[in-house]
Amino acid sequence: MPSTDRDPALFELKFRDPARARALVEALGRRTAELGRTPVSVMHVCGSHEQAIAKFGLRSTFPRGLNVIMGPGCPVCITDAPEVDEGVVLARQGVHIATYGDMVRVPGTSMSLADAQADGAKIHVIYSAAQVVELAQSTSDQVVFFATGFETTAVATAAIVLGGLPSNLSILSAHKYIPPAMEIVAEVPETKVEGFLAAGHAATITGSAVFEPFVARHHVPVVVAGFEPLDILAGLVKLVELIRDRTPQVVNMFPRCVTRAGNLRAQEQLWKVFRPTGGRWRGIAHVPNGNLRLRDEFRSIDARRRFTIDLASLWDHAPAALAQSCICGDIMAGLSSPTDCKLFGQECTPEKPVGACMVSSEGACKIWHEYGGHPDLGGDA
Amino acid sequence: MCLGVPGKVIEVAGNVATVDFWGVRRQVQLDVVDEPVAPGDYILNHVGFAIRRIPESEIAETLALYEQLITQAEQDDLMAEDVRNEIAGARGDRRAVD
Ligand code: SF4
Ligand code: SF4
Repeated sequence: MPSTDRDPALFELKFRDPARARALVEALGRRTAELGRTPVSVMHVCGSHEQAIAKFGLRSTFPRGLNVIMGPGCPVCITDAPEVDEGVVLARQGVHIATYGDMVRVPGTSMSLADAQADGAKIHVIYSAAQVVELAQSTSDQVVFFATGFETTAVATAAIVLGGLPSNLSILSAHKYIPPAMEIVAEVPETKVEGFLAAGHAATITGSAVFEPFVARHHVPVVVAGFEPLDILAGLVKLVELIRDRTPQVVNMFPRCVTRAGNLRAQEQLWKVFRPTGGRWRGIAHVPNGNLRLRDEFRSIDARRRFTIDLASLWDHAPAALAQSCICGDIMAGLSSPTDCKLFGQECTPEKPVGACMVSSEGACKIWHEYGGHPDLGGDA
Repeated sequence: MCLGVPGKVIEVAGNVATVDFWGVRRQVQLDVVDEPVAPGDYILNHVGFAIRRIPESEIAETLALYEQLITQAEQDDLMAEDVRNEIAGARGDRRAVD
């Protein structure tokens, strides 16, 4: 094998090859025409898919009649206001809060962690869970890891927990588990989603088999796809093909990362540390088994048990009135587009986000704002 | 924040690998990856933890899957001539050009 094949740039470029992309765009147009009816709606459940679709301009290449809608794909976006509030209360009690970047600006009921920071709270943005351990080792103060993200991120939290935490470090888990949320969306009658594009990274951990019971229950196909342009296009071609042939199955189009069983070592760590419980996702609903909480064995490092979290103490700050108009929930359920929100680009911008979807670089509103508002849907591929 | 980024392992020291991401080097934890990782391997990084060693054979397998979709479409009917030529050109594989 020539040495250039092992170059990271070439590795990714293979999955960005324009000629193959054009061929797949053609195949997608043909498959959609073969359905003999429109519109057909499919949903992806990953912010990273939307980001790639926007970044590579894929949406304008989708055939007319194929709606690729965004589901609850962003753990930042679906972290509910009361969960942010818990972090804010702890921050205002003087503990250090460490969390991933996007989370800092997500509005809670009355303020975000960034607002608390402006009031003097000690907020730290981390890139990796491993940095939280270093942070706790560098101080004698209490440090709380506001741990957010799906199963992919939760395994990193599990790994540091199993590695043993410094005594001044505890975990406030707002981790979420994706498969149960797909059930909810599949049951919303208005969305009429005929197929799902599943997130390749989450499936790297869980394996593609995790979707098999879902497919059996709802009779809709699920295609696991990666995040390069060819991954997404090929995933969609496969998905429309499965819809055309009325063959609800799980197909793994991301074999370079995903296996049927997934990463068993990571799953073992994940379930050793966390248990699934029901809980609200912002804008969506109560999701049974959608929240990951620390198991009882880890009560001593559970921030909810180590500290008193009295949400009423936040009430001296008035809730933001604008937030009432935010339609993030409808957007994540596939019922609306960001441009349907009357605050979009006006009162709500990435600089001053009103809702969570305008915060994260994988949030639907932020992406549509960044890439020129309403993407061009008029392509005639 | 869920972005998983592939990178190439430069060095492994115990539980931590130094990984090259398009010229940027970062430390990546190996606590959750399910296979031994060695310099030269590709890994999928997620928030500072490798979650997968990406085998070279399966990169090829992924590309073959796509190739299959494309060829199938070709056979079904008329893919534009220039697209086929372009693919062949990109492959450096003149055989496929009609
Ligand atoms: S926005 Fe980020 S955190 Fe959100 S899903 Fe997405 S990728 Fe993950
Ligand atoms: S534009 Fe802002 S307020 Fe409207 S739905 Fe999006 S995040 Fe919410």
